[in-house]
Amino acid sequence: MILEIITPEKKAFEGEVVSVKFPGISGGFEILNNHAPIISALSKGDIRIITADNKTENFGINGGVIEMQQNKIIVLAD
Amino acid sequence: MANLKEIRNRISSVESTMQITSAMKMVSAAKLKKAQDAIIQLRPYANKLTEILVNISESLDNSEENLFSTKREVKNILFVTVTSNRGLCGGFNSNIIKRTISLITEDYKNCNSSIISIGKKSSEYFSKNDFNVVSTHDDLYNEITFEGVSKIAEGIMNVFTDAKYDKVILVYNQFKNAATQIIMNENYLPVETPENQTTIIGDYIFEPSKEEIVQELIPKSLKTQLFKAILDSYASEHGARMTAMHKATDNANDLKDDLTLFYNKARQAAITSEILEIVGGAEALNG
Repeated sequence: MILEIITPEKKAFEGEVVSVKFPGISGGFEILNNHAPIISALSKGDIRIITADNKTENFGINGGVIEMQQNKIIVLAD
Repeated sequence: MANLKEIRNRISSVESTMQITSAMKMVSAAKLKKAQDAIIQLRPYANKLTEILVNISESLDNSEENLFSTKREVKNILFVTVTSNRGLCGGFNSNIIKRTISLITEDYKNCNSSIISIGKKSSEYFSKNDFNVVSTHDDLYNEITFEGVSKIAEGIMNVFTDAKYDKVILVYNQFKNAATQIIMNENYLPVETPENQTTIIGDYIFEPSKEEIVQELIPKSLKTQLFKAILDSYASEHGARMTAMHKATDNANDLKDDLTLFYNKARQAAITSEILEIVGGAEALNG
């Protein structure tokens, strides 16, 4: 699935990923391939990404929203 | 006949002014490029945010009232004016000031108006002319960050939800292209619910509830709106300055050409009269 992390200042990440862990407002959760469409608000914390080539990347955010649709995740982070 | 030395001095002063204006033009062009990039970066974020917001609010019942969309009778009104810190950019700042004054004295003359000013130019003008300036944010331009703008936006949201003001209007220059700016007065608060468009709404899971997400999203979109206005204004400022400096350089060039022509004419006239004198003198000796 494709992940895009967009902040007001730049596009922080774009690429193919295997799984993403989010700091949801009511607890952390993880999205894997073919997840059902979801919209969720995020709180302050780290987004942990496992990319297609099995690397782990971390992004600290101050909050945001995610939208997942048709295997495409868009994160609007602050 | 003008003194030759005087003209020469004027030519050199015009030349040095021209150097300054053309350097300023270059600087503005470079900054404009940067500012434009910043806006382009922001656009996908802003668009996506409104898209999600529209998606959700469509499936929400409109019966629910939200703090930021409460419409009250307009008595106290807050203007947020966005100008620049520096001058020399044509009508950029005075257009904003003029528009704000006309809004205050004509469209909303029965209301108490207050001003939050972003940018030294409008801060100076409005404080000097006894308008009610609540706060100024002139140092924002040292470094425009989302956090900095967020703080201002939060302040505005707080005074609105405390019912201190019934309406907030943004006045700023929208960036169209380097040569054109559009003066905008935009209703900032109360929030107008976005137009219902026919978009495909997936069967989303909402985590937490829709209402909570909307509560989360609206302040965010307000911050983005202010951030966008400021970036727009920043890009416009450099566009306006670039155009103004371009014109100034052109004018200086014309002036220099005129002066050089004048200088040459004067020089020739001086030579001619000198020759005439010599010839006259020689003839008098011969005669």
